[in-house]
Amino acid sequence: MSAETGAYLPEGLPRPAPAIDGLGAEFWEAAKRHELVVQQCRACDGFQWGPEWICYQCHSYDLTYTQVSGRGVIYSWERVWHPVHPSLQEATPYIVVLVELPDAGNVRMAGNLLGDPRQDVVIGAEVEVAFEDKGEGDEAYTLVQWRVVE
Amino acid sequence: MTEQATMRGKAAIVGIGETTYYKRGQSPDPEIKLVLDAVQLAAEDAGIDVREIDGFAAYANDRNDPSRLMTALGSKDMTFNNMVWGGGGGGGSAAVANAVAAVVAGYSKYVVVYRGLAQGQFGRFGQGPQTPTAPGAAAFTAPYGLLSPAQSFAMRIRRFMHEHGAEQSALRAISLATYRHAQSNPRAVMYGRELTEEMYDNSRMIVEPFHLFDCCQENDGAAALIVTSAERAKDMQQKPAWVLSAAQGSDFRQAATAHNSPDYPTSNFKTLAPRLYAMAGVGPEDVDVLQSYENFTGGVLMSIVEHGFCEPDEVNDFFTLENFSAPEGKLPLNTSGGNLAECYMHGLELVHEAVRQVRGESTCQVPDANISMVTSGPMVQPVSNLIVAADRGVDA
Repeated sequence: MSAETGAYLPEGLPRPAPAIDGLGAEFWEAAKRHELVVQQCRACDGFQWGPEWICYQCHSYDLTYTQVSGRGVIYSWERVWHPVHPSLQEATPYIVVLVELPDAGNVRMAGNLLGDPRQDVVIGAEVEVAFEDKGEGDEAYTLVQWRVVE
Repeated sequence: MTEQATMRGKAAIVGIGETTYYKRGQSPDPEIKLVLDAVQLAAEDAGIDVREIDGFAAYANDRNDPSRLMTALGSKDMTFNNMVWGGGGGGGSAAVANAVAAVVAGYSKYVVVYRGLAQGQFGRFGQGPQTPTAPGAAAFTAPYGLLSPAQSFAMRIRRFMHEHGAEQSALRAISLATYRHAQSNPRAVMYGRELTEEMYDNSRMIVEPFHLFDCCQENDGAAALIVTSAERAKDMQQKPAWVLSAAQGSDFRQAATAHNSPDYPTSNFKTLAPRLYAMAGVGPEDVDVLQSYENFTGGVLMSIVEHGFCEPDEVNDFFTLENFSAPEGKLPLNTSGGNLAECYMHGLELVHEAVRQVRGESTCQVPDANISMVTSGPMVQPVSNLIVAADRGVDA
């Protein structure tokens, strides 16, 4: 973790943006408000992630984004040692977790596991969302991160 | 009586060509020239005038447009051109299948399947995107440092290892076998560079659980092969590698973004393997030699399991250097050195090696190899697979 900014990874990685057609914009807007949302179908109540323009279960186009608890379970993880981006040259190792959300149909989200990058990671461990505000002005955004529930 | 819908024994691979394989950025020639070279070598191997090639099949968003190739070569006519969707090596066997389909449908006489890569001239696969924003699906991964193919696939492998108790030694066995085979193959970029258990264990970690030697190379070069009908193949100069079957596709919602495929720890071959075996009329017990695409060793692990060679909970016993070594092993694997140690030609070099095994010309020949199988591009969408054989398996 960078001591200067408190950010898990240094500035310089691509910042998140909606697709060119706008898909996913609501998620990133909610993250800025420190709310975790998942796409949900108004017709059949099914969750799906990542977002799509149609519900894969009932084929309705009437989709919304529903706030969820932000509690999840580590489904898989990795510790990265080899940097593949210039901004990460001094930032390894770092941990990426894949988190399953039981209150959103077990959809998964990837993020960093905050804390010691050399910590033991346990599949099945409970985690909670942590919002990390980054960038400034028009380029401000918020990442959806995770920390182990003690 | 209606004709059975099958490609079994209706076409063959009759020519193969490869340029020198180089480390990434080392090719003295531009990519298009490498491809032209490989196509000409394949035609020469088949014993046809290169102008006779009338069909072109490629994959992985190959940059070398068939219209340019046929123009540059002065081809008389183009009857078929085709690109398999998907950016990875998953289309390698599918491109062969599409070539067979073009021949069987009566479109084309000779279809060339090709792949060219000059990563010095163009971008690298192993680097993350260096753009200011990550739009759409990439937004859910790239800002977290989840950028490269190795990082994307390590997550699937970790989950498989967790569910089935698979150990690092299973991944290591794949790497050791491919490097061992490359030591007999002068074409291999890793020829003369032996790999030991100690070297593997001590090699730097790229992303857990992948060591350096679990990851494919990045290379420059080109490969091409020629597919034609059974009728023509019988009278040509090379022993035909008969196409018994091929399958392509993707399981339920495998391309769900942000790592949301419902079946996650998978190579994506669960629905394809039964289709492949059914069309060929063989099972895993009949396979003499396997070329299995290694983007990363973990993908081979799941590909082998999903093609029925061993149960998922038995991988620690089955995945040994002995079992994967030609000629005596239970399942000789990647006998040219494959993507790890011969050349990362996006897996088309694996099809070439499958053909050489059928011809009896491999540098790690499996005696009397008949059923020779290829799996292309695990963990991507779509994937594909292929069986070629020395015996046509139908009434000639």
